[in-house]
Amino acid sequence: MTDRLIHLWAHLQTLPVFWLTLTLAVFHLATLIAKRSGGFPLANPVGLSILTLVLVLFCIGTPYATYFAGGQWIHLLLAPATVALAVPLYLQRERIRRLLAPLLITLGGGSLLAIVSSTGIGWLLGASSSSLLSLAPKSATAPVAMGIVEKLGGIPSLTAAVVILTGITGAVAGPWLLDRLRIESPAVRGFSLGVVSHGIGTARAFQESSEAGAFAGLGMGLNALMTSLLVPVLYRLVS
Amino acid sequence: MLIGFLQLLAFLLAGEAIVFIAAIPLPAPVVGMALLLGWLLWRSGKTPKPPESLEQATQGILQFLSLLFVPAGVGIILHLERLQREWAAILGPVLFGTLISIGLTALLLNRLAAGKKHD
Repeated sequence: MTDRLIHLWAHLQTLPVFWLTLTLAVFHLATLIAKRSGGFPLANPVGLSILTLVLVLFCIGTPYATYFAGGQWIHLLLAPATVALAVPLYLQRERIRRLLAPLLITLGGGSLLAIVSSTGIGWLLGASSSSLLSLAPKSATAPVAMGIVEKLGGIPSLTAAVVILTGITGAVAGPWLLDRLRIESPAVRGFSLGVVSHGIGTARAFQESSEAGAFAGLGMGLNALMTSLLVPVLYRLVS
Repeated sequence: MLIGFLQLLAFLLAGEAIVFIAAIPLPAPVVGMALLLGWLLWRSGKTPKPPESLEQATQGILQFLSLLFVPAGVGIILHLERLQREWAAILGPVLFGTLISIGLTALLLNRLAAGKKHD
């Protein structure tokens, strides 16, 4: 009996449902902390949760694959959630139609800027060429960015990490920066967050308003397309 | 709600099928999103309101959108060594590249959209 109790912890760690439960519990706590902090920007639920879970895995030496056996049940919902973004988009169709030309011009500029600024700064700071390739599509949503990098011979999992860091940066500091720039329009705030910091920026925009969220979803979807067109072309130009 | 979720999955699978057949370099969920938008627009002539169960399913899933990124984000643990080695060269572009891009993108759209209002 005591023998069993000692082994219980080791047993629990092998169960996917343990990691699923821990992820939900950590996210719930992180959300509570974010609310209690009164919207303090560094208390971002996604960032806090990832940091906590990384620390847990690191301290008890659990491989990521073991964690992901449970985490994948949440990860799987990312795909239908992306499809669902069509609904807020549809509900804002009249506003989007009116702003279509400015939105498309901004998309081209913003997408190019995101690629050039990140690889440019990385190059100045001496990033290795494999890191630079992973940085290039960092504003596109994770599955697209990973696909682009994989085709060009880069490291998809590093790209995923960089993409998520980009999303958290945008969600944490984006609204603060937009306040400083006195950008008030929900359409403009949402679209720039979605284009540059994809789904995590979109989730943040939905917290501001459903209008901001709809424009963020639009920006995210359009930039997935734009980045997958631009990065291979730019890559051929520099290599 | 169940029917709504089923509709989301059906459009996702349709996206997967199109990406597979046409070999387009786009993720299936983004294609699924475009298909669902197309369907909503197509039926909007008769019924402008989206189906209620679809709206419920959408609200249910989008409410937790940020949670869905956590498991992939934990994958950063696979790259701690590289981050230790190249931390400035990776985090610098992420931080400054992202902020510069959001700021300039917002200023550009703000300008273009403002011009539109005065038309």
